[in-house]
Amino acid sequence: MTRKSRRMYVLVVAIALLASATALVLTALDDNITYFYSPSDLKTKQVTIGRAIRLGGLVEDGTFEKLGDGLKVKFSITDGAETVAVTYQGILPDLFREGQGVITEGSLNEKGEFIAHEVLAKHDENYMPTEVIEALKASGEWRGDEEQVTE
Amino acid sequence: MSVFHRFANPNRFLKLTNQVLPWVSGLTVISLAVGLYMSFFTSPPDYQQGESVRIMYIHVPSAWMAMFVYTSIAIASVCSLIWRHPLADLAAKASAPIGAGFTFLALATGSLWGKPMWGAWWVWDARLTSVLILFFLYLGHMALMNAFEEQERGNKAAAVLAIVGFVNIPIIKFSVDWWNTLHQPASVMRADGPTIDPSMLWPLMIMGIAFKLFYIVVLLIRIKSELIEAKLRKYRRAVVDKAH
Repeated sequence: MTRKSRRMYVLVVAIALLASATALVLTALDDNITYFYSPSDLKTKQVTIGRAIRLGGLVEDGTFEKLGDGLKVKFSITDGAETVAVTYQGILPDLFREGQGVITEGSLNEKGEFIAHEVLAKHDENYMPTEVIEALKASGEWRGDEEQVTE
Repeated sequence: MSVFHRFANPNRFLKLTNQVLPWVSGLTVISLAVGLYMSFFTSPPDYQQGESVRIMYIHVPSAWMAMFVYTSIAIASVCSLIWRHPLADLAAKASAPIGAGFTFLALATGSLWGKPMWGAWWVWDARLTSVLILFFLYLGHMALMNAFEEQERGNKAAAVLAIVGFVNIPIIKFSVDWWNTLHQPASVMRADGPTIDPSMLWPLMIMGIAFKLFYIVVLLIRIKSELIEAKLRKYRRAVVDKAH
């Protein structure tokens, strides 16, 4: 075996070991790397009351309402299977609307409601000019699943 | 390996570089001008994000280059460790600051974009965190290369770091698929085709090409100046030896 090919084998083995070690670590840390829980995760993970977590999903259609003086809002977050009621007091991001993906930070209370102190809007991977959306809507091709526009 | 080692000769490399450089520079200027004009004037605003979507034309190509330059450094490091190719270390050394610059640009424009769209300058989700790690890897690579008296040892240490750090590249790419993140999934490089309207994809692609050409131009200039510097050092030593 030449020096060159020995160096190559050492490098290949080292990279393979490193890659598998990283894969194992990342799999083990899966729960910590995940940025937010979905409403279904909330059920299965048995999240304790008062523990700070992030909850993400779509704002369910027809659930958004302003409470009292209008600074406090209430809406439901859904992932299709489960739904959680959220109350929040503060400024909502521009992209916030019903049907939009959002991530909220806060904790569950005794009644199973989520008290959020921060709401972030999640943007999806679709980029389109307004005219295209209007044309799609006019022809009935617009699926409008999670990126639904409420106008 | 003969083609590979043909350019190991610095003079041959310098000659080729001098021939290629004006052409690549010209193409860079043209593609950057066309790309920027399309990005800012002819491309339409997004149906959700409005005019803010124009940040994408800088942010996305920067992020692509951040990963591309790192991959180039990792490949150069493999060539350096296995074949001891003399230009490989130079290429890695010349690339690192450029890659760090692109990574910083991606982080900064992402932050400026995140505030109006998401509502936060920064979050610790898997995509943003892994790109920040990439930025630190670049800084570490640059520091390590210059940390030793002998350049040879610095090159070797930096090459090992570059190869070890390469595990981060697939993590960055797939972070948005493997974990829940605030950052949206890929829009261009995905199995079922892009989810960007052609009117926005074109300027993005041209900007991507312009950034890649810019990297080649700066890389060639930096390698060239390193080679010239080495030559000067050799001459100076020869002069000093003669004087004694």
